[in-house]
Amino acid sequence: MAAMTYIDAISRAMWEEMERDPAVFLIGEDIGAYGGAFKATKGFLEHFGPERVIDSVLSEAAIVGAATGAAVLGMRPIAEMQFADFVTCAFNQIVTNAAKIHYRWHLPAPLVLRLPTGGYIHGGPYHSSSTEGWFAHVPGLKVVAPSTPADAMGLMKSAVRDNNPVLFFEFKYLYRRIKGDVPEGDLTVPIGKADVKREGTDATILTYGSTVHFSLEAAEIVSAEEGRQAKVVDLRTLLPLDRETILGSVRETGRALIVHEDTLTGGVGAEVAALIAEHAFDALDAPVRRLCALDAPVPFAPTLEEAHLPSTGAIVRALRELMRY
Amino acid sequence: MTTAGAQRERRAPGGKLSNPQRVELYYYMLLARECDDAILRLYRQGKIVGGAYTGSGNEATAVGSAYALEKCDYLFPMHRDLGAHLVRGQTLRNIFLQQLARAGSLTGGRDGTGHYADPALRIYGNVSHLGAMVPMAAGAALAATLRKERAVVMTYIGDGGSSVGEVHEGLNMAAVMRLPLVLIVENNQFAYSTPIARQFAAQRLSDRAAGYGIPGVTIDGTNVTLVYETCWKAVERARSGEGPTLIESVTMRMQGHSASDDASYVPKQMLEDWKKKDPIARCAKILLADRLLTEESLLTMNEEVRARVEEAAAYAVEAPYPDAGDAGEGVYAP
Repeated sequence: MAAMTYIDAISRAMWEEMERDPAVFLIGEDIGAYGGAFKATKGFLEHFGPERVIDSVLSEAAIVGAATGAAVLGMRPIAEMQFADFVTCAFNQIVTNAAKIHYRWHLPAPLVLRLPTGGYIHGGPYHSSSTEGWFAHVPGLKVVAPSTPADAMGLMKSAVRDNNPVLFFEFKYLYRRIKGDVPEGDLTVPIGKADVKREGTDATILTYGSTVHFSLEAAEIVSAEEGRQAKVVDLRTLLPLDRETILGSVRETGRALIVHEDTLTGGVGAEVAALIAEHAFDALDAPVRRLCALDAPVPFAPTLEEAHLPSTGAIVRALRELMRY
Repeated sequence: MTTAGAQRERRAPGGKLSNPQRVELYYYMLLARECDDAILRLYRQGKIVGGAYTGSGNEATAVGSAYALEKCDYLFPMHRDLGAHLVRGQTLRNIFLQQLARAGSLTGGRDGTGHYADPALRIYGNVSHLGAMVPMAAGAALAATLRKERAVVMTYIGDGGSSVGEVHEGLNMAAVMRLPLVLIVENNQFAYSTPIARQFAAQRLSDRAAGYGIPGVTIDGTNVTLVYETCWKAVERARSGEGPTLIESVTMRMQGHSASDDASYVPKQMLEDWKKKDPIARCAKILLADRLLTEESLLTMNEEVRARVEEAAAYAVEAPYPDAGDAGEGVYAP
């Protein structure tokens, strides 16, 4: 076991995958000589050389398109969007090309797209937004969103080895704020499996990414003040969802609170709520509750951003209401 | 004459065509047009469920360009490039199975027309979003480079598609990285109903090459020998590591955008003028003058081509549709 930061876990996973498989290469803006906007690829160029660590032109569609073309020919690219916000410029390549290749062509398209995502960092409307909800709607993609260093490492390794396009959402807020133990050796975390981050019997919080940590804090506060225990399920993969763990947990506790920092309407939480309504209605003791970002762009001013995004305090309040219902 | 798979053999150095190769180019153009005609017949008989897109007028560009590739090279064609598929060695049965969305087609009926991939022939078909394939083709060229293959990637765009941003992104990336890519811009005067005057303000689309720091040339896209020779030079340039070339091949879309479009917006005189430059008729005239073909051998070739196309079309018409139960299968690779 070694304690490492979230971003170091991602870097280590990419490094080890590049050592393991010569078909793996990196492509993105400022990732080589500069080491990446967040320094996730610092030292990679020196070690792996310019053929495998490619500083690309400022063209998100070309980055994703080139990665897709190379993947179809048998390479395993890891492409980077400097911020998840800019993935809009590559939307067509992802949904029109990459996502549909296996269905139409019966060929694997093994590419990983790294997406530094989310708020709580005062980035404003164009450096803080959550874009995962759009892609969780696209058949043919896999969408992962780890919340811990161990999950980040394990899911990155699984993503690189997967034969499908995997969108890897990494939470900028967590990059250097959290440290966690990462087991030694070749760690993989299966795509499509949620993880129970806290056991509890009185309610289930279903969440992913940065809000996993706020949810854990909120569960501790409610436990200390009221003695009631919330189970915290970290979805980890948003497409495909782990229906078994979601429904099993809700059946055990009878109450479900869905938390994410993506906006409310049509978000991943809406699909989770629909699954529960469709398959676990009889087990519910209270209506499903969603706590998500406001249906608005992520604002810039700290006071506005705080009001926009789910906070530990808001989760505590929602949890109390849900448990009292 | 059979579709021997022109890509199997290395062409003569310097790109000069032998006499049998000149005849073969003609054969592929004829085959492409016969296929298109058969596809239109099937459409009118209600046997094609979706749209039908022909390459009438574009045969010299499609055939001449693909003929400049070797077996190791990659083709990322567009929807008017049936001749390029045939030059790569695609079978007629596969072409018609795709058109008719049959179970045995290369996409298993999941997509139509030339939207298939055939890795054995190194053909990677287009999507309907024009321009989206250019970055992917650049990525294929990148993969070939990383693997130290000597392969070149050839891809296509139209006068309409040239307005799409992804064409710029892909070509610029390929130019900066000096990737082995050749982009053929098929300027066939119309994007659906939009004439080129409403599509671009540049004198020539090849003028854009200067903006990428790559060579650009505009050629008569109805002259199959010229198309071949121009493409061969571009392919050799790409193969030697000197990067992409943009070739604007000027042609005419002699039919509607799709079979449902009567193209009444195209001036009649314009069609009449271009008819005189029909790529197949003008090639036949030269081959006859050079005594590489006779009136008799032309007839024989026509009959053989027609018989081959009819056999393939009939085979596909009889072939079954995919099972409905397969609709949700294969979204993900194992």
